Amino acid sequence: MPETDVYNSIDWSTHPPYLHEPYRSTVYRSPRKPLLPLPQTLSELTGPVYGEDDLDPLDGDLTRNAVVNGEPIGERIIVVGKVLDENNRPIPNALIEVWQANACGRYIHKIDQHDAPLDPNFAGAGRVLTDKEGNYRFVTIRPGAYPWRNHENAWRPAHIHFSVFGRNFLQRLVTQMFFPGDPLLPLDPIYNGIPDEAGRKRLLSSYAHDITRPEWALGFRFDIVVCGRRETPFETKES
Amino acid sequence: MPKQTPSQTIGPFFHHDMFLEDANIMVNDQTRGQRITIVGQVFDGEGEPVTDAMVELWQADAQGYFNHPQDPNQAQADRHFRGFGRAETVNNGRFVFQTIKPGCIPGQATPYINVRIFARGMLIHAVTRLYFDDEAGNADDPVLNSIDPARRRTLIAQEQSDSGLTYCYDIHLQGEQETVFFDP
Repeated sequence: MPETDVYNSIDWSTHPPYLHEPYRSTVYRSPRKPLLPLPQTLSELTGPVYGEDDLDPLDGDLTRNAVVNGEPIGERIIVVGKVLDENNRPIPNALIEVWQANACGRYIHKIDQHDAPLDPNFAGAGRVLTDKEGNYRFVTIRPGAYPWRNHENAWRPAHIHFSVFGRNFLQRLVTQMFFPGDPLLPLDPIYNGIPDEAGRKRLLSSYAHDITRPEWALGFRFDIVVCGRRETPFETKES
Repeated sequence: MPKQTPSQTIGPFFHHDMFLEDANIMVNDQTRGQRITIVGQVFDGEGEPVTDAMVELWQADAQGYFNHPQDPNQAQADRHFRGFGRAETVNNGRFVFQTIKPGCIPGQATPYINVRIFARGMLIHAVTRLYFDDEAGNADDPVLNSIDPARRRTLIAQEQSDSGLTYCYDIHLQGEQETVFFDP
């Protein structure tokens, strides 16, 4: 099959393993048998295609998409970034879904029992598409840290969840964006499930003064890299 | 060259209507093909239902075509079928999809569906496939044939009550019945 294995596969030197015991929930939810190889046939090299028609214009503004009777509470932020593959090629029309806690560290969710207030004007969910150059942008409220029950006095560092659909299902990615300088990062078993320090750093957003809008909101930048075509000397470059 | 952005768990809170409402219903009135229902349950290594997983499906249309530029047959693909679905498992680990039986992709042996499983406690999602027990072509499928026969059945959805309309496909993340997962 000519299409077989034209993409790089999952880079296990930087993705976390299924079993990472400090994150207790992995113990009974981690596959233990060896993963089997899967040829990259057409079903892996395709994936859902999205366009502007699939989104509402307000989907990318979490400070406005759930307003009931006022503005959400908290520090307004602008998050921008680029979705690229490993060959530095931008990925246009990538669908990015984001979800997060509110400024107090509380999710709108039945099972979130954290004793912190809900915000009636903030749902904490949004989605955007990348443009032709692979750029995305959304506006939200900076999320708060929140406690969880993984271990004694466990707190998740503030984060925004990202779900990414690239050009095909091989590029499917779910991850989390963190904020620079968060003192909870070294204590977080989820973040530290990533085996290499360089990989962990790739989940840190950076403060972006060029994105900060005067008198209105701070800007952060978070680029996302998904697997790319395998490049060999025998392969001609094509996008 | 940049390196891949590491995966992180989907966590327990991915359940907004924006992402999930009717996302398990992959067909509309105009979709071509035989309607089928896929039901199943996700279990952990202790046999407990996983009530905060998300299951995603990606499949060809009834003729085996994808509505995607990589498919040479895209022009003939069903415009009324995106091919993607997702379901949550809040009901005791159970998920349900309404879809169509995929066609066999040209040049391949038998129809199947690509499956991804995300959950709290999974730092990276799991990749597997769903095959159908009533497809003779399974015997010639190179992926199925590459798997130990004792584990092959974990990928094969069982037709219930011979109706040909509902297929049961449970997912075991771990344990004796662990589903076969792939490294694509």
